[in-house]
Amino acid sequence: MISVAPFLIFLVGAALAMVARGRVRDVIAVATPVVGAINLWALDGSAPMTVMLFGHELILVEVDRLSMLFGWLFHLAVFVVLVYNLYRPTKLEQVSILAYGASTMGAIFAGDLLTLLLFWEGLGLTSVFLVLARGTRKAERAAVRYLMLQVLSGVLLMCGIIVLINQGRSLAMAPLELEGLAAWLIFLSLGIKAGFPLLHNWITDTYPEATETGTVIMSALTTKTSIYCLASLFPGTELLIYIGATMTVFPIFYAVLEDDLRRVLSYSLINQLGFMITGIGIGTELAINGAVAHAFAHVMYKSLLFMSMGAVLYRTGKIGASELGGLYRTMPKTTIMCIIGAASISAFPLFSGFVAKAMVMSAALQGGYDWVWIALLFASAGVLHHAGIKIPFFAFFGHDSGQRPKEAPKPMLIAMFIASVMCIGIGVFPELLYDQLPYPVTYEPYTFEHVLTQLQLLLFAALCFVVLRVTKLEPHERPSVNLDIEWTYRWLLPRAGRWAYVKLGYFANHLRQLSQVGTQGTVWLVKLWHGPGGLFARDPLISMASLAVVIIFTLVLLLDLIQGY
Amino acid sequence: MNDKKTYLFDKPRNVKLVIWTLVLACAATLIADVFAHRHVDHPWESMFGFYAAFGFGAYALLVLVSEGLRLLIQRRKDYYDD
Repeated sequence: MISVAPFLIFLVGAALAMVARGRVRDVIAVATPVVGAINLWALDGSAPMTVMLFGHELILVEVDRLSMLFGWLFHLAVFVVLVYNLYRPTKLEQVSILAYGASTMGAIFAGDLLTLLLFWEGLGLTSVFLVLARGTRKAERAAVRYLMLQVLSGVLLMCGIIVLINQGRSLAMAPLELEGLAAWLIFLSLGIKAGFPLLHNWITDTYPEATETGTVIMSALTTKTSIYCLASLFPGTELLIYIGATMTVFPIFYAVLEDDLRRVLSYSLINQLGFMITGIGIGTELAINGAVAHAFAHVMYKSLLFMSMGAVLYRTGKIGASELGGLYRTMPKTTIMCIIGAASISAFPLFSGFVAKAMVMSAALQGGYDWVWIALLFASAGVLHHAGIKIPFFAFFGHDSGQRPKEAPKPMLIAMFIASVMCIGIGVFPELLYDQLPYPVTYEPYTFEHVLTQLQLLLFAALCFVVLRVTKLEPHERPSVNLDIEWTYRWLLPRAGRWAYVKLGYFANHLRQLSQVGTQGTVWLVKLWHGPGGLFARDPLISMASLAVVIIFTLVLLLDLIQGY
Repeated sequence: MNDKKTYLFDKPRNVKLVIWTLVLACAATLIADVFAHRHVDHPWESMFGFYAAFGFGAYALLVLVSEGLRLLIQRRKDYYDD
């Protein structure tokens, strides 16, 4: 069967959506990922597709098990999000989602780093419109910061590639040793998009500012594309274990303190990426399988959670935990599907997180990384707090905010329903996912001890919540800003810049004054010597000069006379 | 607030029911732990109720540390002047 590069279908879809209008455009948008999926099915097992560009052979499409799995996942995610968007479809959002989808497909099927670079830049450039589409000044500012970091990531990747070319090394998408400039540049580039600690802040800065739909698709694609690349380029890199473990732990504190529920989910996203990155770092077959399975399950439940919060934002116009509460009364369907997402991310048995997350944790124990395992276990309890309890509780239960919004629009409900079915489907029939993983799976999630221990962990953590709630020790949410690394570029840098500008201004002023004094001094001296009545302008001087000439002339004459003898 | 309808959790009885279900479920997992012989990968796991204690303790620690962190990093909503 004939198949084309997956990104082409999305590009064509985006172009068609740009010229179409109304219902036709909606149909084109939703049909594009479906056509893409048929193409993907035909693509399986096909040979690499290459083109020549400026004397370099670009491998546009290279299919393997890993890229196929991510391909299916992203097609599904784009489809669900485009259905979700039908509640209030805008051309800007539909076109950018399709173009963004094209970038992602291009990146995960890229057979070499140059092709990857092309689509890597596309990821940021196409998705930024989903932030701008929100139309607020805050979103605009966040979009600019977002774009700067995305472009920086692209530039780092480009520099890495240039170094590789200079050293005459291969540009294939094959594992790299984390040694030398090139590998580090590429590592850092992936690190920005994967939200490594200190490079993570764009996620929590940008995602909560995007549109209801924009946040959902952005949370699904960019970071997971980077996870795919890390799994392809740096599997088994030990540093990733510690980077990943750090990422699972530190965001959960922020998630506890944060009021904006979509920002809570953004911190939670970093925590989830941490599990995947730890798995990639451990690098055994079980660990890589775990990381990939986690990525797959995660895209579904995280989208579901973001979609439910998008519905809340759309219906109430609010998203702060302190402003919401009690919405289960009039939004029961959204509530139930949010709880399904919450149960999945918390890894309750029969939900998708349960069959995915435990593989990485088992791999950590088997690899002898005890402290990493403890960190992941702590993070698992943390996930229950912020995503499992906080999100549904503060939005739909808790104190009654008095708001009685309508149930979410139908397209939103349908999209959330599809994601819910995926969450439970994977949880109940894990083989469906396991059979698609890069390595053969021997892991058995539904053992008695696994179910029991996981239930103990989650139920007792939930019990702690109840105890804190009943004793009124559970903290109250309040609208606030929680300082993170972005403080350096949103607070410190502008102030340092202004300070430097003012200080340099003083310096420049002094310099100007100094030069003025110098000039005035020179003018004064010139006037003094050459002005009217000055030393060199006096009459006696002219006579003195003629006298000197006469004296010299006489001396020369005398010398000549003496020499004559 | 013209909503006079009574919903599921407007009755304290139903809230209590949820809490007691949770307490009973917790108790059930502990009882199962007594009778079950678990296969473990790590020595700590073999302790009775390790996961239960860890879950409860981790949650409490998380909230406690966050409260401390709140004093350090929390600022007013319009802190960033952009």
